[in-house]
Amino acid sequence: MNDPILNDHPILADTFAPGEEHFDEYLKLWPRERREELASRATAADVRAALRKDVLHPEDFLALLSPAARPFLEDMAQRSREITLRFFGRAVNIFSPLYISDVCTNHCRYCGFNADNHQKRRHLSVDEAAAEAFALADAGIQHVLLLTGDARKVSSPQYIAEVAARIKPRFASVSVEVYSLTLEEYHLLMQNGVDSMTMFQETYNRELYEWLHPAGPKHDYLWRLNTPGRAAKAGLHGVGVGALLGLDEFIHDAFCTGLHAWWLQKHFPGTDIGLSVPRMCPHEGAFEVKHEVDDRTFVQYVAALRCFLPRCGITVSSRESADMRNHLVPIGVNRVSAGVSTAVGGRVVNAENSGQFDISDRRSVEQMTRDLAALGYQAVAKDWEGCDR
Amino acid sequence: MQSSDKLVIGGVELESRLFIGTGKYPDDALIPAVCEASASQVITVAMRRVDKGGSGVMGHIPPSMRLLPNTSGARSAEEAVRLARLARAAGCGNWIKIEVISDTRYLLPDGYETAKATEILAREGFTVLPYINPDLYVARACVDAGAAAVMPLGAPIGTNRGLRTKEMLAVLIEEIDLPVVVDAGIGRPSHACEAMEMGADACLVNTGIASSSDPVVMAGAFRRAVEAGRAAFLAGAGAVQTGKAIASSPLTGFLR
Amino acid sequence: MRIIINGENEEIQEGITLLELISGRGLDPRTVVAELNRNIIAGEDFAAVRLNPDDSLELLHFVGGG
Repeated sequence: MNDPILNDHPILADTFAPGEEHFDEYLKLWPRERREELASRATAADVRAALRKDVLHPEDFLALLSPAARPFLEDMAQRSREITLRFFGRAVNIFSPLYISDVCTNHCRYCGFNADNHQKRRHLSVDEAAAEAFALADAGIQHVLLLTGDARKVSSPQYIAEVAARIKPRFASVSVEVYSLTLEEYHLLMQNGVDSMTMFQETYNRELYEWLHPAGPKHDYLWRLNTPGRAAKAGLHGVGVGALLGLDEFIHDAFCTGLHAWWLQKHFPGTDIGLSVPRMCPHEGAFEVKHEVDDRTFVQYVAALRCFLPRCGITVSSRESADMRNHLVPIGVNRVSAGVSTAVGGRVVNAENSGQFDISDRRSVEQMTRDLAALGYQAVAKDWEGCDR
Repeated sequence: MQSSDKLVIGGVELESRLFIGTGKYPDDALIPAVCEASASQVITVAMRRVDKGGSGVMGHIPPSMRLLPNTSGARSAEEAVRLARLARAAGCGNWIKIEVISDTRYLLPDGYETAKATEILAREGFTVLPYINPDLYVARACVDAGAAAVMPLGAPIGTNRGLRTKEMLAVLIEEIDLPVVVDAGIGRPSHACEAMEMGADACLVNTGIASSSDPVVMAGAFRRAVEAGRAAFLAGAGAVQTGKAIASSPLTGFLR
Repeated sequence: MRIIINGENEEIQEGITLLELISGRGLDPRTVVAELNRNIIAGEDFAAVRLNPDDSLELLHFVGGG
């Protein structure tokens, strides 16, 4: 760990006031053994009861994720569809991710941007990032998601803020999916036009997390776990969470993801809490996926999340196939990406390397809009826009 | 019912989830029998200027009852605070039901003034139970102000119309971590039972008992209704036909 | 001497205590709360408080209510 960048991690006291609960404290009420026991004890009656309730509690959600719910997959999907129609109607928000830097100091064992992967790195200048973003705006994208690797010396908060400020005039919403920031840094981004953030916990299994992220700033499990709460406290309009399915046993990370979103909603009722459901392909690079999630389980996950969290946006990325995404929209997904490239550059600026992960669904914005219309849904480019600029 | 199913308000454990009032009885002398038949442990009283020779209601309240004085008559937070301090000076404990009403036509509580009074009195060490509209924001303001429970109304005072605010009560029951005591509007035992089935922590019934032709028998009926509703809530509701069959085509047929 | 009791002007005997006034009106001092010139007087102080001309006194007690 002689890399100066690696030693740059801001070891900061968290910025919550005394008495304010952190998510990690709440999560302690749900140790692995308790989750395991409740999931194995869940019965068909518990699943049916959960499907009848207007308001589900964590125990109900766990029943819907448990093996006991497997025979009820169609009922769950129907219930999920009905809830989604009530809260979101026949509208699906489309957005596009924009990778502006893949310089990364982390060593995430499963990631294409891993620092040990000696591919050529690309870091866009503010001008280049803006050119890429404007190409998306020209294609009809109004919600853009900026992504960087974890290298705060290269892709500093100031750099991200500068890109955001530059592109904001062309977008209704600018969100970020970058490394964990401090409360002050989130304020800086907000002042420069960023309204939302997404942070994947990857896995809620601390031991596994620390093994998967052996070095680099991301190694600090608690700092990352409490980041969405910190971002919500900073006052961002939207905060998204998600686990990377395939790392740990399904039931644990699936449950903790929903629990995290539920806790955030309770503590920050003014924040738009979102969920993403990234799933690893069986062979992702050289990384062996230990707990592959099959399609049935994946659909069970989306439907259970919708039943548990009726008002949360659920995003499914282009990791999933066009066919899977087409089927998930009527079940409960209300945000999809379109016109995706996971490589830095590639639209206007030349891309010189491979992306973070393989895209399955390569549909353009136009194609996505057409396909959603064929399913009976309207693609909504602008779902929301702040008015305090 | 499990004996461990106790209601805790301000650190006090209560076996009974039925609160009763002392107003509007044909004869205050009925109150001891009503207390017994209801098995209630909490009873509300109001505070008024003494009339010459008037004896008040205290002589009819069994000493085992916990007194919950209200601030009825207050039209502002300031008046409610004044009444609460006077009530405490009577030496009957520090529980207070905040009731601030400045609209005499509908008798609906003023949420803003109620939250203000709650904050002041909670700081002074009162166990504060604010009477509110079932409004999530007002309820949250009361929680933040230090309330020990919230008392949303089921229908306007004295209407006996039942749970007209049911959807909003359900939101409060779900979202507010303090005990939710449904107050006002409960005219019949079935209304109280319904509130308890929904997950309310307790009910306050005054007119429903006092205005009955036989308040003592009615008090017993309310006791059993509250107990039945609570037991049903703990047992979990069974299936109810929603009258709508699943019509759409299978959503998961594409999975192998 | 004249004082105001519950909003009404009343003539009372010079120099009497609060306790004497309350008892003299046929009230049980244990159930009455007194507020003299906007200050609450604790029950145990009723005997020690003497009334003065132009005092404003509120005497309250619990009545039926919901």
